[in-house]
Amino acid sequence: MVENRPFLTFLTHAFLILGFLVVALPVYVAITASTHDISTLMSGPVPLLPGSHFIENYSTILTSASAAHGLPNYSHMALNSLVMALVITAGKIAISILSAFAIVYFRFPFRQLAFWIIFVTLMLPVEVRIMPTYKIVADLGMLNSWAGLTVPLIASATATFLFRQFFMTVPDELLEAARVDGAGPLKFFRDILLPLSRTNIGALCVILFIYGWVQYLWPLLVTTDPGYYTLMMGMKRMVTVQDGVIEWHLVMAGSVLAMLPPILVVVFMQRLFIRGLTETEK
Amino acid sequence: MAGIHIAEVSKVYAGGVKAVNSVSIDITDGEFIVLVGPSGCGKSTLLRMVAGLETISGGQVKIADRVVNNVEPADRDIAMVFQNYALYPHMTVYNNLAYGLKNRGTPKAEIDARVTEAARMLEITQYLDRKPRALSGGQRQRVAMGRAIVRKPAAFLFDEPLSNLDAKLRVSMRGEIKRLQRRLGTTSIYVTHDQLEAMTLADRLVVLNGGRIEQIGAPLEVYHAPASTFVASFIGSPAMNLVKGELHGDKLAIGPAMVGLNGFAPTSGTVTVGVRAEDIRIARADEEALPFRLEYAEELGAQRLIHGTVGDQQITAAVSPEIELAPDMQIAFDASRLHFFSVDTGKRLPGNLPAEAKLAPIEPVV
Repeated sequence: MVENRPFLTFLTHAFLILGFLVVALPVYVAITASTHDISTLMSGPVPLLPGSHFIENYSTILTSASAAHGLPNYSHMALNSLVMALVITAGKIAISILSAFAIVYFRFPFRQLAFWIIFVTLMLPVEVRIMPTYKIVADLGMLNSWAGLTVPLIASATATFLFRQFFMTVPDELLEAARVDGAGPLKFFRDILLPLSRTNIGALCVILFIYGWVQYLWPLLVTTDPGYYTLMMGMKRMVTVQDGVIEWHLVMAGSVLAMLPPILVVVFMQRLFIRGLTETEK
Repeated sequence: MAGIHIAEVSKVYAGGVKAVNSVSIDITDGEFIVLVGPSGCGKSTLLRMVAGLETISGGQVKIADRVVNNVEPADRDIAMVFQNYALYPHMTVYNNLAYGLKNRGTPKAEIDARVTEAARMLEITQYLDRKPRALSGGQRQRVAMGRAIVRKPAAFLFDEPLSNLDAKLRVSMRGEIKRLQRRLGTTSIYVTHDQLEAMTLADRLVVLNGGRIEQIGAPLEVYHAPASTFVASFIGSPAMNLVKGELHGDKLAIGPAMVGLNGFAPTSGTVTVGVRAEDIRIARADEEALPFRLEYAEELGAQRLIHGTVGDQQITAAVSPEIELAPDMQIAFDASRLHFFSVDTGKRLPGNLPAEAKLAPIEPVV
């Protein structure tokens, strides 16, 4: 677009900066808070300039802080979160791409019904379904296990729906050409559909990894064994102290560290991510 | 190499729509058959039934004397070229060509040899490492044909392969397809709605309308002796003039005018008279003529098409561009060049074969 309207340029930038400030300020406050000691934070409003306790706070949270709250090591919880996020991501993609493949490419009774049932679950957030889900998981004896942490979160209507929409844009002639070329359904899936879905899978990986990483309510419900605690639960537990001072400086340091993995995923997958959302390879 | 025998094949869709209605075609080994007709006439459905992409509701398809009604497309020993090329977008040209062979467990060395040969034949050797996205329409079309050639199938099936190309490229690719088919001698079925493509490519034409065969024959047979008014108006450009005429003995009345037929009248009474635009000429002063009221003219360079009316009936004539135009002109034609069709059925009336067509036998229409 060729435009030369100084006022508009000014206005758009003003909006952009305003939006940026609104979104970024809490994150900025968290970062500055994580560099002060506890007495500074308790004595008044959070200072807007970074303090001098950066190294001290971060080394404390990484080594000893969580033990004081009866929590496992920070790195242990981070590993738990990572495993959970990765298993959920991989599981969701595997399940949803296969069910979308079944729905789009096979004719079987109740196919549409199956799709609509999957689709309807989109209308209900996890929190609404959490009681029945908990009951099932408890009855299956999956409390305090990796399976209990991940399996109920793996079913994904969103991803199934996205893959279905993508598969429906793949021209029928491609399937027909593959059939004439002697590719059976699974070969077609592996050789044609999967490579074509690469960018979509990349984008979904990013979104689903973050989804898995920030899970809080579900892990809180199904795990009582500290060995399965995830970062989000750990941070929350550090805030709910009975008597005494909440160690905000450490909580903030822990939170800032917890933001890093999703940021890294977005940064490294960004190329794939953006291509997946905008470009279709046809 | 093999013949294809299509015997009383029908396709009935759910809801009872008959897309193809009891069609029989015998295709001999190495023959180039073109299925032509307007959209919705069932030509693509018929081709897809031969390919195995569509189930056959009735009748039998035989490829190389083997009934293939329930055989998977991959096992029918056919290769298909699609309208939108259907190249695998994520594979290089080489892999696009090799994919079908790989799936059949062909040894690597042989795949390599066949792909190289096909690429050389189609002059796409320098593009083998590219993805289809980086190719032009014509090059993609070649790759699609290459994918068919490397398989060395019993038959090629073409589903309107040129309709996505621009006019100029279409003409040159048309020539190439013909040349290639001659060279390989592979039985081919080619579907198109373009009558020019059909005329130029076919050994034999199959004109379809509403799921039925209107006529089967060599291009010139069909052109010179169309079996029905449908074929007459579909094959040839501009379309054949079809007007209502009255036969009185050896005289033909069109509107207010009356011309003698020199003994070519096949019957008497009301008929549909067909005459090709190029068979109409400006009348000499001493012959029986039809009064022609000019409406407009189209310049084609070598020819000029004049559109107008005789009485109240539309007529298009192709005349030399040197002829002077006037609002009222006199036109004439040789009676031997006329086609007579039944008004009721649209079928060609027996006993009126124009001179050229008498040379060749006419395929009976089922």
